[in-house]
Amino acid sequence: MIYREAGQFKTSYPADRAIFPIVQDRYFVAAIALAAFVAVPLLASEYWLVTIMLPFLVLSLAAIGLNILTGYAGLLSLGTGGFMACGAFAAYKLSTAFPELHIIGVFALSGVITAGVGVVFGIPSLRIKGFYLAVATLASQFFLVWLFNKLPWFTNYSPSGVISAPPRALFGDVFVTGSSATPEAKYLFALTAVCVLALLAKNMVRGNIGRKWMAIRDMDIAAEIIGIPMLRTKLLAFAISSFYIGVAGAMWAFIYTSSVEALAFGIERSFQVLFIIIIGGLGSILGSFLGAAFIVLLPILLSNAPQLIGLQIPVDMVTHLEFMIFGALIILFLIVEPHGLARLWSIAKEKLRLWPFPH
Amino acid sequence: MQHKLTSTALAAVIAVGGVMATALAAAQDNAQFIPSMVYRTGPYAPNGIPFADGVADYINLLNERDGGINGVKLTVEECDTAYNNDRGVECYERMKNNGPTGAAAFSPLSTGITYALIERATADKIPIFSMGYGRTDASDGRVFPYVFTMPTTYWSQATAMIEYIGKEEGGTDKLKGKKIALVYHDSAYGKEPIPTLEKLAQKFGYQFSKFAVPHPGLEQKATWLKIGRQLRPDWVLMWGWGVMNSTAIKEAAGVGFPMDRFIGVWWSGTEQDVIPAGAAAKGYKSGAFHAAGSGFPVHADIKKHVHDAGKAAGDAKNLGTVLYNRGVANSVFVTEAIRTAMAKYGNKPLTGEQIRWGFENLDLTAVRLKELGLDGFMNPVKVSCDDHEGSGPVKIQQWDGKQWNMITDWIPPMRDVVRPMIEDSAAAYAKEKGITPRDC
Repeated sequence: MIYREAGQFKTSYPADRAIFPIVQDRYFVAAIALAAFVAVPLLASEYWLVTIMLPFLVLSLAAIGLNILTGYAGLLSLGTGGFMACGAFAAYKLSTAFPELHIIGVFALSGVITAGVGVVFGIPSLRIKGFYLAVATLASQFFLVWLFNKLPWFTNYSPSGVISAPPRALFGDVFVTGSSATPEAKYLFALTAVCVLALLAKNMVRGNIGRKWMAIRDMDIAAEIIGIPMLRTKLLAFAISSFYIGVAGAMWAFIYTSSVEALAFGIERSFQVLFIIIIGGLGSILGSFLGAAFIVLLPILLSNAPQLIGLQIPVDMVTHLEFMIFGALIILFLIVEPHGLARLWSIAKEKLRLWPFPH
Repeated sequence: MQHKLTSTALAAVIAVGGVMATALAAAQDNAQFIPSMVYRTGPYAPNGIPFADGVADYINLLNERDGGINGVKLTVEECDTAYNNDRGVECYERMKNNGPTGAAAFSPLSTGITYALIERATADKIPIFSMGYGRTDASDGRVFPYVFTMPTTYWSQATAMIEYIGKEEGGTDKLKGKKIALVYHDSAYGKEPIPTLEKLAQKFGYQFSKFAVPHPGLEQKATWLKIGRQLRPDWVLMWGWGVMNSTAIKEAAGVGFPMDRFIGVWWSGTEQDVIPAGAAAKGYKSGAFHAAGSGFPVHADIKKHVHDAGKAAGDAKNLGTVLYNRGVANSVFVTEAIRTAMAKYGNKPLTGEQIRWGFENLDLTAVRLKELGLDGFMNPVKVSCDDHEGSGPVKIQQWDGKQWNMITDWIPPMRDVVRPMIEDSAAAYAKEKGITPRDC
C-alpha cells in the first residue's frame, strides 16, 4: 500500500536508469543518509562511533572491493588481508615521507598503489579459475604480510614493526587521524569516503564495466566470444577491487585503530571479509553493508547482551556463548537464504509491494 | 534503501547502550573502578586465565581484608580480549568511562593492544600500565606521560640476559666470538629485543643470529634443525608466547640442545611452557621479575580471605603459579599507585589523571613490600617523571622438573646501553607525532 510505484511515470531515459527509480526508495535513502550524517554523530556515544561504526564502515568498504572481484567478476580471492595491509603500509609510507601531502591524497594514492599490486597478483587469474585462483591469491596474502613484517623500511625501521598514523587534518585544525581527532570527525570522514566510493561502485557495476564482469562471471568462454577482452577486464576487476580494499586498509590503520602491525591483516581478515560478502550477498553492493553489519555488530551486541539484561556471567562464558550463537546464526542464515541478506531484503521489498493484500 | 537494516540495528544498539550505561552507573556508586582486560578465551587462554585470576584475587583481597584502599571499595570489571587487538580496543572504549570517575588504569596484557591504546589513553588521560611488555621506549616519561612500564622492560631484560651469559662464560670479555641465537614470535612483541641484542653484539663481539617463528609457533622443526645441526650456537634466547614455548623446548631437546643454555623471556618461563614439554624441559631457564610459588604471606591472606571464603576468581590450584603471581604483581602496582595518588588527592574514587600522578610518584620500597606480604617477591621500584621503568633488574629462574627456582640474584640491566636507546626511540616517536616532550 505504502510502497507501490503506481502513477510514477518515467518520461526520460535518465529517470528510467536511476539507481532508485521508485520515489519511496529515494525518500527512504535520503532519510537514511540524513540519519547517518546528522543524527548518528549527534546522538551516538564515542563508544558506538569508534568501536562499532568505524569498523563497520571500513569493513563495508573492503567488502565492496571484494564483492567487485568475487561477486561481480567471479574471481575468488583470499588475498583481501594482504591488500588491506598494502593499503595501510602505503598510506603510512606516503604520509611520513611526504608530510605535506593531503590526507585524501594519501588515501587515494595508497589505493592506487594497492591497485598496482592487485594487478600483479591478478595475472594468474587469466589462466586459473575457481578454487585454484583462491589458492593463488592466498599466496599474495602470505607474501604481502611477510614482506611488511620482514623489511624494516616499510615501518620506518620501527623496532617492533608497528606503524602508527601521524596526525593529519582534513582542513584547518579538523584532524581526522591521530590522537587529537574527534570521533565525530573520524566518523564523518569515513562515512563520506565510503558513501562516495559505494556510489561509484554501484554505478560501475550497473554500467558497461559491470556488465562485462558479470558476463565473465557467468561464462567466461561465452564472454570472450562476444568480444569482451579477458586480460583487460579481469585485470581491471583486480585493480578496482584492490583500490577499494587498499583504501579500506589505509582507513583501518589510520582512522580506526590508528596503529597496526602487519599481523592485524592476517588470513583471518581475508576470511572475515569473504564471510561478509557471502552472508551479505555475492554480487550486491547493499549486501556488503548488510554483511558487514552482521559480522561487526552482532558479536559486539552478543558480548554486551548478558550485561544489558542484568545477567552476571563470567566473561569467558560470554565469549564462548557468543561464538556458539554467532556460528549458529551464520548457519541458520545460509540455510534460510543461501543468497545472503541482500536477497532477503529484496524479498522483503517484493512482499511489501503487495502488502497488505497479497492476493 | 541500502542502509535500512543498518540504521534499524544502529537505533536498537544505541538505545541498548543507553540502558547499559545507566545500569552500570547504579551498580558502582562510590567505588574506584579498575578495568581488567583479560583473555580467558582464544589461543592464549591457558596463559591468560591464571594471570586474570591473580589480578582479580588480589583486588578482592584488598576489598575483603582491608575494605578497599583507605576505605574506598574497588570494583573490577573484566573484558575478554581473546588477545585480539580489535577486541582490545573495543574493551577499552567500553570500560573507560565506567564507575564514578572512569577507569583507574588499563593493563592491556598484550603488546599489540598496548600499541593500539597508547594514543587513545593519552588523549583520554587514563594511565596505561604495561608491566613487562608493550612499548619499551614508552619508559621515557617525557614523551609518554601516560604510559608506565615498570618494573622492567624487554630491552633491559635482553641486556640482563647477556650480562648473565657473560658471567656464565667467565666475564663479558669472553663473549667475543660466541654465537648467540634468538628465536622469536614474529610479531611486534617478538621483535622488541632485536635492536638491543644487535647493539650488544657490536659492543661485545658475539655473533648474533635471529630466527622468526610465525604465529602460533607449532611448526619449528626447520628452525631447530638449523640451530641444532648447522649453527650450533653457544646460547639460545627465546621471545615466545603460548604454545610456541613448549614446542620450542621439545624441538630443542629433539636436536640435543642443552637446556641450561636456553633462556626464555619472562613470558616463556611459566608452568604452561615447561609442563607440556615433560622431562625434556628440565634445566630450562627464563627471565623473571617476581618470584614463583605460593609461600609468601600475601598468598596465605588470599587463601584465607578470598579462596576459603569461596570468592576465588578461578581454579584455586593456580595460586602461586608464575602467571598467577604476575597477575598479583600487576594488581599490587595498580593499587599502590592508587594509594599514592590518594595521599595527594584524598580518599575518594580518583580520575585517571590523578592516578597517573600516583604512578609517577610511586615508591615501592622494601619496607612497603614487606607490609604488603611481598618480602622477597619482587624488587623495590621507584618511578620518576622521566623514567617510567624504575631500575629494571631481572632474575634468572630455572625449571627443575617440578618448580621454578631462582638461580641468580637481581641482575641490573646495562642502563648505559638501554636508556640512550629509549631516549632516541622516544624522540623519534615524538618527532613523528609532533609531540613536545615535557620538562622533568
